[in-house]
Amino acid sequence: MSGASDVIIVGGGLMGSSAALFLRGHGLSVTLLETDLIGRQASGTNFGNVRRQGRPIHQLPLANRAIAIWRQSRELLGADVEYLQSGHIRVCYRERPELVGSMEEYAANARAEGLELELLSGNALRDQFPFFGPDVLAGSYSATDGHANPRLAAPAFARAAARLGAVIHENTKIVDAQKVGEDFIVTAADGRTFRAPILLITAGAWGNALSSQFGEPVPIVPKGPNMSVTEPIPYSILPAVGVMTPLEEETVYFRQVARGNIVLGGSTRGPSFPDQYRAYVEPQNTLSQLKHIRRLAPQLGKLNIIRVWSGIEGYMPDSQPVMGPSATTSGLYYAFGFSGSGFQIGPGVGETMAEIIAKGATDIPIQPYRIERFATPS
Amino acid sequence: MVEPRIIIVGAGPAGTRAAEACVQAGIRPIVLDEGRRDGGQIYRRQPDNFTRPYAKLYGSEAGRAQALHETFDGLKGKIDYRPEALVWNIAGGQVWTASQTYQDALPYDALLLCTGATDRLMPVKGWQFAGSYSLGGAQVGLKSQAVSIGHKVVFMGSGPLLYLVACQYVEAGAQVVAVLDTAPYSARIKALPDLLAVPSVLWNGVALTMKLKRAGVAVYNGIKPLEINGNAAEGVSGIRFRTGAGVEQQIACDAVAMGHHLRPETQLADLARCAFTFDPVTRQWLPERDGDGRSSVAGTYLAGDGAKILGARSAEASGRLGALAALADLGLPVDKGEMASLRGDVGTYAKFARGLAKAFPWPSEQASQLPDDALLCRCEGVTAGDLRAVMRETGAQEANRAKAFSRVGMGRCQGRYCGLAAAELIAAEADIPVEQVGRLRGQAPVKPLTIAIGDDQ
Repeated sequence: MSGASDVIIVGGGLMGSSAALFLRGHGLSVTLLETDLIGRQASGTNFGNVRRQGRPIHQLPLANRAIAIWRQSRELLGADVEYLQSGHIRVCYRERPELVGSMEEYAANARAEGLELELLSGNALRDQFPFFGPDVLAGSYSATDGHANPRLAAPAFARAAARLGAVIHENTKIVDAQKVGEDFIVTAADGRTFRAPILLITAGAWGNALSSQFGEPVPIVPKGPNMSVTEPIPYSILPAVGVMTPLEEETVYFRQVARGNIVLGGSTRGPSFPDQYRAYVEPQNTLSQLKHIRRLAPQLGKLNIIRVWSGIEGYMPDSQPVMGPSATTSGLYYAFGFSGSGFQIGPGVGETMAEIIAKGATDIPIQPYRIERFATPS
Repeated sequence: MVEPRIIIVGAGPAGTRAAEACVQAGIRPIVLDEGRRDGGQIYRRQPDNFTRPYAKLYGSEAGRAQALHETFDGLKGKIDYRPEALVWNIAGGQVWTASQTYQDALPYDALLLCTGATDRLMPVKGWQFAGSYSLGGAQVGLKSQAVSIGHKVVFMGSGPLLYLVACQYVEAGAQVVAVLDTAPYSARIKALPDLLAVPSVLWNGVALTMKLKRAGVAVYNGIKPLEINGNAAEGVSGIRFRTGAGVEQQIACDAVAMGHHLRPETQLADLARCAFTFDPVTRQWLPERDGDGRSSVAGTYLAGDGAKILGARSAEASGRLGALAALADLGLPVDKGEMASLRGDVGTYAKFARGLAKAFPWPSEQASQLPDDALLCRCEGVTAGDLRAVMRETGAQEANRAKAFSRVGMGRCQGRYCGLAAAELIAAEADIPVEQVGRLRGQAPVKPLTIAIGDDQ
C-alpha cells in the first residue's frame, strides 16, 4: 500500500486541485493522483474566461462562489494566475434580432442571482469598444466578469494544496478503482495502490472510465478547444468578448492578456484522443475561427496568429457536468465532464465538493448535475 | 495510372535536386518555397535586377550555386513552382499554404520536406539590442540586398558560417572589427581526422581563416562572451568578452552577428507527426529517418539540412536520394545503383559533420552561466532569472512545462531561436541531462499567419 488518507482525488485538473486545497482547509488528509502533470489538458488549454454571464441561471450560485475565490486568488494561492476582472461582453449579430430578447430575459433572471448585466446597442458598444464590427447588433456587458491564465491556475491551486499538506502524485495513471469493505482501493498502472474511505473522481474526459467501474457509465464525448493567439500589441482591449449564436461555427471569442497577446477561441472544436493523450487543432477549424473573428472585430485582421493549441475536454450531451455523490456507492463523489465551461466555476466546484465531503451537504444547487440522469432504466 | 502527387517543401539545394529527380521520372511535382526566388539560404539568389557575378556572391561555391540555379531554371514549366508560399500546417494528408492572404490545402501522395536550417543561437546579455543579428541574417543582407548590418561589425560564435560570413563582409568592403570564436583552436586539431573526410571543404575553411588574417581582422579563439553593450534607444555600442587566456576585453562596434553553426528547421516534420530522437553529438532532437530519407510517417521524406545539418553538398545528394526513395515507394522505376552511391555520399558528409561538431562545439555551459538579467527569450521578454525563478517556484523541469509557466519559447519564433539554450539552462539548473528536458512541441502556424487569411477567397 503506497498511501492511505481520508480522501483520494483522481484527476489533477482545476477541479481536483482546488478540491484538494479546500479539503485540507476542512482538516482532511488528501492524496491527489494525476496521470500526467497537473492541469495539462482541459484545465490548462481552455480560453481562460472567468465568465458568469451566459451560464445557466441554476449555475450562478456556484459561479458566484467561484468568483469570490478568483478575486482572492493571489492571497489564497500565493501566486499570480493573471486574474483580471476586466469585464465580459456577449454580443449578437444583426441577422438574429430575436437574441436581444433572450439577452434581456437572461439579464433579468441573472439580476435575481446577483449578476448585474448592462444591455448596450451596437452603436453604444462601438462608441466604447471601437473594435466591434458593423454586424454587431447589441451586447450584454458584465463589468464583474473577466479572465485568467489557465496554464497557471490549476498548478497554482495544486502547489497551494501541497503547501497545506496534500500529497500529490503526478505521472500516476489510475487503472483500477474499487470499494473493498469501507475503503476504496485505487491502483496505478505501475502497481502502486492507494486507500481511502472517500474517493473523488475529477478526471475530466477520463471520468467515465472510472464511473463505469462503479456501474455508472456516462455518455461523455472527448473534444478539444480550438485556440489561437496573436503576436502582442499594446494592451487596450479590456473585456473578454464572445458571440451569442446557435451556430457552433459562429461561436468565437477573444481576450487580450496584459502582456498584449490576444487569445482567440471558438468555432468548431477539434478531435481529442484521451487514450493517446493527444488533441489536434484541425487547420480548417483555425481558418473558420479566423473568418468569424474578422466578422466580430474586423481590425484584428491586421494581426497575425503565432500559435494554435488544443487539449482534451469531456463533453456531456446536455453540456452540464457530472457533479455530486455517486448513486451506487457511498463515499464516492464525482466532478467531471464540464463540457468546455468549467474554468470559471472550477474553484467553486472544488470548494463545494470539499464542503459536501466534509459536511455532508451544501447550499449550492447541484441537482441538475447528478449522475443518475444518465442511468439506464433497469 | 493517375500521376502521383509529390509535394516538395523548399527550393534550396535539397528541394531543387529532389524536384529534378521527379521531373526526370516524368512527374510534375509541386514545389512550395517561402522565398521570392529559389536557391534557399546558402545559394540565395539576388533580386532579378541585381547583377553581381557568381564569384562575388558565392566565392568558392560559385560553380555549385550556378549549377543549382541553372538546374532550377531548367525545371520551370515542368514543375508547379509556388514561391512566397508559407507552409503553415501539415494535417489530414494535406499541406496547408498561405501566400499573403491566399490559402490553399494540397493533398499529396508523397511529401518531401527540404526545409533547411537557421542559426543555432546562444543568448548573450544584450542580444536584444538593435544591431544584433544572426550570422544567417547578416548573410541575407549581404547576398540579397548588398547591405552590411553595420559600419563596424563583430562576428561572434563558432562554426564554419562564422568565418564564411566574416570573409564575405571583408570582401564586400565592410569593416570587420573582430572574429570572436568560442571554440578553442585545439578542438579543430582534434577534429581533423573527421574533417579530412571532405578535404576540399576543409581547405575552404582554412582559406577563409587565412583570408581574414591577411585582411588584418583580429581573430580570437576560445573566447567567452560576456555582454553586448548598448541600449534600447541607440542599439549596439560594443562587446565585452573574456579571451582564451582569461583576460577581459572590450571592443567598440555597432553591429554583432552571432551563431553557433546551424539547427534544422524541423517544425513541419513535427506537425507531420514524424518521430524524433535525441542526437547526443549536436545535443538536438532530430526527426528519425532511414538511410534514404524515409521518416517514421509513411509517405513523408526528409532531406537536406532540415533533417540534420550535413551541409549544402550533402543536401543536394540527400534531396535527390529522398526523391528517388519516394518514387520507388510509389512503384516507379529508379536506379538502385544510383541510390546506393548517393547513400555513400551522404555518409561521407555525415563524417565531416561530426568533425565540425567537434571542431566548433556548442558551448552549452554558457546557457547556465547567463546572468539573471540577460534576456533568454526575446519574443516574450523572458530573462534567465525569470526562468530560474519559475523553476524554483513550480519545480518545472520539462521544456513544455517550463514554457507554459514562464512563456519561454512561447512567442512568434516558438522557441526556434531560444529553445536550445533554454533547454540547456533548465538541464543545468535541474542537474539533469538535456535530453530529459525534452523538446518543445511544434504548433501551427510554423511562422506567423495573418488573421486575414482567406479573406478574399
